[in-house]
Amino acid sequence: MIVVRASGPLATIQDGGRSLLGHLGVGAAGAADPNAFALANRLVGNADGTAAIEVTLGGLTFECIDACVVAMTGAPCPATVSAGPSLGFAAPLAFPAGALVRLAAPPRGLRTYVAVRGGIDVPPVLGSRSFDTLGRLGPPPLQPGDALTIGPDPASPLDTDLAPTREREPIVRLWPGPRLDWFADALGALTSAAWTVRSDSDRVGVRLSGTPLRRARTDELPSEGIVTGAVQVPHDGQPIVMLADHPVTGGYPVVAVADPDDITVLAQARPGTQLRFVTHRGRSSRL
Amino acid sequence: MSARVLPYGPAHVLAEVDSSAEAADLYEWLAAGAIPGIRTLLPAARTVLVGVDEGAIAEVTVALAAHTAVPATSAARAGAPAPVEVPTVYDGEDLEWVAAACGLSVEEVVRRHSAPIYTAAFCGFAPGFAYLVGGDGALNLPRRANPRPRVPASSVAIAGEYSAVYPSASPGGWHLLGRAEVRVWSLDRDPPALIPPGTRVRFVPIRSPSRP
Repeated sequence: MIVVRASGPLATIQDGGRSLLGHLGVGAAGAADPNAFALANRLVGNADGTAAIEVTLGGLTFECIDACVVAMTGAPCPATVSAGPSLGFAAPLAFPAGALVRLAAPPRGLRTYVAVRGGIDVPPVLGSRSFDTLGRLGPPPLQPGDALTIGPDPASPLDTDLAPTREREPIVRLWPGPRLDWFADALGALTSAAWTVRSDSDRVGVRLSGTPLRRARTDELPSEGIVTGAVQVPHDGQPIVMLADHPVTGGYPVVAVADPDDITVLAQARPGTQLRFVTHRGRSSRL
Repeated sequence: MSARVLPYGPAHVLAEVDSSAEAADLYEWLAAGAIPGIRTLLPAARTVLVGVDEGAIAEVTVALAAHTAVPATSAARAGAPAPVEVPTVYDGEDLEWVAAACGLSVEEVVRRHSAPIYTAAFCGFAPGFAYLVGGDGALNLPRRANPRPRVPASSVAIAGEYSAVYPSASPGGWHLLGRAEVRVWSLDRDPPALIPPGTRVRFVPIRSPSRP
């Protein structure tokens, strides 16, 4: 068991999400940065999709009631245990019973994954331990005093001792979306200048500001399905890139979809980041 | 009916048709396994979002665009289960406004809204929020110009061709006709949604216990 002593701005439990209930209006949720989440579980020998803690801008402190093995990935929070030296990042760490682990705010990036060998074992809701910030489903955000049971040892080898991680540039590849014809050259507009990540971005989507996209038609779009990575453009012409907690359907036109391997870039983009888009064959309109 | 197939990134396509009924028919036909290479399906107002197996986008696109013989199954079926009844107190904040906008009395609005049997065309917006079709066209109004920041849970509302019951409190831009005395979404129930796609629904006017 681990006990939360401080949660920072937002710490939630996330796993692989609820993927098969869209027809009931239930969103997928799950870890916002799928790459960092997968690596954290792999480092502690957990099965893919095992529930971990998603920490936003650091600040999590937890006490290990029992000895445990932990790995942290994603935004590199400086971390210490019981006032000791800095801990290794993206590596499995063995903590003794009684260890108090503190994550400070990361100098870059947004979301850190804390995986514990055995997984965070709280009761699932509709088949998942993920907290959906939009649908308000799942175990609520962590608060000081929360006691989290850790699941049984997965009896798997701990065979990765360090994962060199590549810092990603803030560049996102785009595939064409269904409503390109609703705009005058949307792909050109998206790829010809940088976009600033706004501070009202969240797990629902990354909100961008820049030169508004110009509509080619002004009628209303009947609600249609949305995917993670969809670049949706509401009436103000400022794009929103959908992340894990996006609604299942929506009435704003989607002009493009971010490459699945670039969701990690979007999920780690702090407010103020200058994001660039390129078409998925690597060409921007400046070439 | 033939579907237009629109690109939607590396793992999906969007099949678009011309009506709610066609979208529901296409969804049921695909869900029954009509086309191979499909992983997920999500019906909506005029579309079905199709998640595609890796490498199968081209063949799924061709198969979707080529098929015109989708059976119309979502209309009245022989042996369909009895509609779910939604006891409704018609005392919504927008009831009088809706009546005036449609040129009807409040009683007539209630009569016309509670007369038909609706069908859930699809869910979206929130868990358990079902878009119900089959309503009286005389009540077809655009959404409110200014959405409310908070619509009470179980509100019965209309907008465009749809009726719905809000499963929980949320922002909302639809016209509030009343409140349902049944919970359309509850995690204590299995399945949690009272009105999944395809469910038929009747609104049954009742008096509020607190009113004569």
